Amino acid sequence: MSLIEITEVKKRFGDNEVLKGINIDVAPGEVIAIIGRSGSGKSTLLRCINGLENIDEGSISVAGAQLLPDELHLKALRLKVGMIFQQFNLFPHLTAGRNVMLSQMVVKKTPKAEAEAMAKTMLERVGLGHKFDAYPDQLSGGQQQRVAIARALAMQPIALLCDEITSALDPELVSEVLAVVKELASEGMTLLMVTHEMRFARDVCSRVVFMHQGRVHEIGKPEEVFSNPKTPELQQFLGMTH
Amino acid sequence: MDEFTTWDILRNLLLAARWTVLLSLVSFIGGGLVGAALLFARIGSGRIGPTFVKAYVELFQGTPLLMQLFLAFFGLGLLGVDVPAWLAAGVALILWSAAFLTEIWRGCVEAIARGQWEASSSLGMGYVQQMRHVILPQALRIAVPPTVGFSVQVVKGTALTSIIGFVELSKAGTVVTNATFEPFTVYGLVALIYFCLCWPLSKSSQILERKLNVAHRNH
Ligand SMILES: Nc1ncnc2c1ncn2[C@@H]1O[C@H](COP(=O)(O)OP(=O)(O)OP(=O)(O)O)[C@@H](O)[C@H]1O
Ligand SMILES: [Mg+2]
Repeated sequence: MSLIEITEVKKRFGDNEVLKGINIDVAPGEVIAIIGRSGSGKSTLLRCINGLENIDEGSISVAGAQLLPDELHLKALRLKVGMIFQQFNLFPHLTAGRNVMLSQMVVKKTPKAEAEAMAKTMLERVGLGHKFDAYPDQLSGGQQQRVAIARALAMQPIALLCDEITSALDPELVSEVLAVVKELASEGMTLLMVTHEMRFARDVCSRVVFMHQGRVHEIGKPEEVFSNPKTPELQQFLGMTH
Repeated sequence: MDEFTTWDILRNLLLAARWTVLLSLVSFIGGGLVGAALLFARIGSGRIGPTFVKAYVELFQGTPLLMQLFLAFFGLGLLGVDVPAWLAAGVALILWSAAFLTEIWRGCVEAIARGQWEASSSLGMGYVQQMRHVILPQALRIAVPPTVGFSVQVVKGTALTSIIGFVELSKAGTVVTNATFEPFTVYGLVALIYFCLCWPLSKSSQILERKLNVAHRNH
């Protein structure tokens, strides 16, 4: 049984067809890396899965439930699928702890004490238990991104979407965030991540999706995709980034 | 003929200045309430709300306040409603303030990064929850300095109401001048009083702006 089923998904911005029929099935516990050139539609795909963009054709279902663009279905979907962004997007007016507590209390109506306990646990989990009372602007980029991960985890999603979550970080901060993601992967979290970290994709991911011009151009196990790229586009892409 | 001492002049002006302060407060607070209502209509997802507010703002920003005062005063009079000057002045200034405040605040809401909307959406929050917990707390903070700054415009705007016969500081200046024939002293004092009202406001707006830039934080 697939956890996330993406079937013939098309997305246009005006005349610009950005996704031209995407098919991907993700099994529970899979860690999928999405790679591809800038503009190939990687972010758009993740945003569609989270309902931040409406799809024009095709269907997306998560844990058996269709993604429909009305408020109720969207909310149900977003409780199942968390998203982490390149720019962290922490709420700057709230402490790290409050960032993690807010949506639990507001969306799930979790009592404050419980939300606080959950926030502590999740911050511990990303190694930031001691930063509960720090504001985002008092944290390094890597720490902020880990708070963002804790914030998403606190909603207890069954899958996480990560869009280039280390791209805005200084090189020395990348590994601390990837370590957290690796940990999640080993605990069985389903992950879809757009990434430029090829080594990470090779070591941690169960499958790699190469997107090119709005299509899934190649898909397969990391060994196959990286060692034996079949299409000239992927060969060129890998040559470019190595 | 009685002699007017400077003190007499000042005392009369200060008494009238109470009306300037009161009218400013009413206009600013009333304008703030109407402006807040307009703001929600403007940034809401409806069709009619945003269009209406856009037109409203353009109308009030695109015509002189003086004309708005005349229309409120004489226009309502034409309809057979006998409007006292204070009412026309209050209504016109409230509507005028609302137009500017709603526009200032819209700018503040739109200044909040799109990522804040997206992150809160992805956490399952609905529009009202996002507004209440994520967007407005941040927007309010950046709105404070320009809002306080605008209050200076309101105080100065009240001077125009003297033309429709509302006796506030400027009108009192004219009356006292007619009695004393000392226009320079009188208007000098009038200007001084306006300055004493406005300067603290614009100064605090500057200080607030600097403070909020240094530590943009809630608690
Ligand atoms: N909101 C939007 N409105 C119009 N066009 C958009 C919008 N978002 C994305 N696009 C277009 O869709 C195409 C794919 O964008 P997308 O962000 O998905 O690419 P990407 O693969 O994530 O690239 P990158 O590696 O640079 O992040 C681009 O041509 C982009 O200009
Ligand atoms: Mg992208």
